[in-house]
Amino acid sequence: MIEQDLKDFQKITQKSLPTFEGLAQGHRACQGCGEVLALRQVMKAMGPDTIAVSATGCMEIITSSFPQSAWNIPWLHVAFENVAAVASGVEAGLKAQMRKGKLPEKKIFIVATAGDGGTADIGLQALSGALERGHNFVYVCLDNEAYMNTGIQRSSATPYGASTTTSPSGKHSIGQNTWKKDMPAIAVAHRIPYVATANPAYHLDLMNKIQKAKLINGPAYVHIYSSCPTGWRHEIDKAVEVSRMAVESRIFPLYEVIDGRYVLNRNVKKPISVADYFKPQRRFRHLRPDDIAHIQSRVDADWAALQQKVAGTNPAPPEPEAVSNKKEE
Amino acid sequence: MAKRVGMEVSLGVSEAVKVADVDVIAAYPITPQTHIVEHLAELVANGELDAEFIPVESEHSAMSSCVGSSATGARTYTATSSQGLALMHEILYIVPALRLPVVMTVANRALSGPINIWNDHSDIMSERDIGWIQTFAENGQEAFDLSVHAFRVAEDHSVLLPVIVNLDGFTLTHVVEPFEILDKAEVAKYLPPYKPLQRLDPEHPITMGAVGIPEVYTEAKKQYEDALVRSKSVVIQAWKEFGDLFGRYYHPVETYKTEGAETLLLTMGSVSETAMTAIDRMREAGKKVGLVRFRLWRPFPFEEFFEAVKGVKTLAVMDRAMSPGGPCGPVAAEVRAALYDQPTRPKVFSFVAGLGGRDVQVSDFEEIVSRAEKYAEKGAPATYDLIGVREI
Ligand SMILES: Cc1ncc(C[n+]2csc(CCOP(=O)(O)OP(=O)(O)O)c2C)c(N)n1
Ligand code: SF4
Ligand SMILES: [Mg+2]
Repeated sequence: MIEQDLKDFQKITQKSLPTFEGLAQGHRACQGCGEVLALRQVMKAMGPDTIAVSATGCMEIITSSFPQSAWNIPWLHVAFENVAAVASGVEAGLKAQMRKGKLPEKKIFIVATAGDGGTADIGLQALSGALERGHNFVYVCLDNEAYMNTGIQRSSATPYGASTTTSPSGKHSIGQNTWKKDMPAIAVAHRIPYVATANPAYHLDLMNKIQKAKLINGPAYVHIYSSCPTGWRHEIDKAVEVSRMAVESRIFPLYEVIDGRYVLNRNVKKPISVADYFKPQRRFRHLRPDDIAHIQSRVDADWAALQQKVAGTNPAPPEPEAVSNKKEE
Repeated sequence: MAKRVGMEVSLGVSEAVKVADVDVIAAYPITPQTHIVEHLAELVANGELDAEFIPVESEHSAMSSCVGSSATGARTYTATSSQGLALMHEILYIVPALRLPVVMTVANRALSGPINIWNDHSDIMSERDIGWIQTFAENGQEAFDLSVHAFRVAEDHSVLLPVIVNLDGFTLTHVVEPFEILDKAEVAKYLPPYKPLQRLDPEHPITMGAVGIPEVYTEAKKQYEDALVRSKSVVIQAWKEFGDLFGRYYHPVETYKTEGAETLLLTMGSVSETAMTAIDRMREAGKKVGLVRFRLWRPFPFEEFFEAVKGVKTLAVMDRAMSPGGPCGPVAAEVRAALYDQPTRPKVFSFVAGLGGRDVQVSDFEEIVSRAEKYAEKGAPATYDLIGVREI
């Protein structure tokens, strides 16, 4: 099935980068925003035959202030928590009209995008419904680890120890005191054909994952790390660097889950430390060495668990044929 | 060929949606709307209706999916009740703002709490200002006809607004009535295929649902308010054409035995039939009473209403919803506000009855009329009367 869906897949390389821009320049994102960088890459890979649906959040606000629009493709925004349901309707609307001959039969891709809040918190139900029903669309979570649009409030995707405006660090608080929700695992639990994590610092990997996601029939979920200089309080020229460090520290591993099979895309053999990753981001500045050690042990354990998933879902290579030690008699 | 049937009214509504040849239905079950969507699911499953049926996980998602579907140009339908309508609330305002002609049946039911599955109008009265065209059906025939009419009006290029057809839960949805259903070919003469002015199309990219900054928000609101007000003439014209084709004529405001009446009862929905019986009895007893009812609730039919109450001394408005702590029932409040600037106007008295499925009987209407007449002479003791309430 998936091989069949991917028969037209042509790997994007540095030389074949799509020149198409679904999202134009001139939008109103903060300087150095990592989220809009990811969104741009997503839309490049989706291509012109796409309808995009966005949830309320930074990316919606900064691209659509009437009478201006940064969208070169048809785009719809309705509300905060319902982007997956809106996309379900778009898919059904096109499908019915093409079947009934009201629209010409043509492949139109549908991409729904939302922040971590719009995905892991308020939009989780609508997302779960759409994944379970099996609509043919790509869902992209742009994870900047807090509600940035409303002023850096915590979400269930905010990492342990980060200081936000509703999980502030203080005399009696470490900041966020819960562990980041594992959204990709929740997506995998719906047994959809394609789940992946991506990161705009690895732009070819990201775009190729979006390409696969759009070509594969059925729902696909892509969870994208999206740095936010404003909310994370890192320098505005550090988005790509911080993003790369997230992978190199094993905090945000890059992997795919294809029909339930885990594929690790970047095996980080010599990781940098969590402390190194935290250093440029002032949201972690208050953490003490023992806090950081505690987080490091969790990152180590999560990495080991991911390795197990890879091992557990990939059949062991066939045993080499038994070779007799005995010399031919 | 039109066919006379004895059918549960809910199924009649589904049959209307079928002959309207909808493309997408997104719905979530809630009593007393269930029979409508179950029957639609069945029609799709049997191949009698070629449509996508999205069995969404909530009413919030039902309305959200309807927005997505309608934005692609698909003819789109849903139905709900009570808590389901309340859960849609956030999205309801967005549909007319995007000028999407979604059609919805609301099987009117009381809002919690306490939880109650029976009929009143508290669900829809909480949605007065959503910007949808709203009609109220009185019987099975109207439920069918208004459903077909809803698509015709919604998709008219000078309207492009969503429409709600209200019908009373259980007392209308669940009764078997004799009525006439039209077939697809007949309806096609009345309802042309939907041709969207704009839709999500990669060949012609448009941005829908943009941010409305303070410099444009008021103008955006004004535009669809204007469209809603203007839609009245289309609503009326579409009823006229319906009558010319199928022989049944409808009007925004209906009257019954209002000639020479000094006191009028005002109702909405299926209780109107009981109210007519009450009027007959009171007329026989020599009382100068009549009945007026709203079929069109939004846009508010000012002229037709003023005409209907001209020369009347007393107007007794029966509401099926409360406005706790407010001046009176919601319909009475609107009627009073509408009449306030009229040079001559009846005295308006507010009565709330039939909450959460409480039966409203002929004697209740007689009681309402006699109280209203008394209050007209001596003044009302309270902002409104709750009819049939037991003192505890
Ligand atoms: C129902 C509802 N609740 C709250 C809000 C306010 N709100 C708008 S965007 C947003 C946060 C968005 O966070 P996220 O989804 O992570 O996107 P980001 O802005 O971080 O990209 C909130 C709380 C809203 N618009 N609607
Ligand atoms: S707040 Fe953060 S995510 Fe939002 S536009 Fe600014 S940098 Fe980007
Ligand atoms: Mg966020």
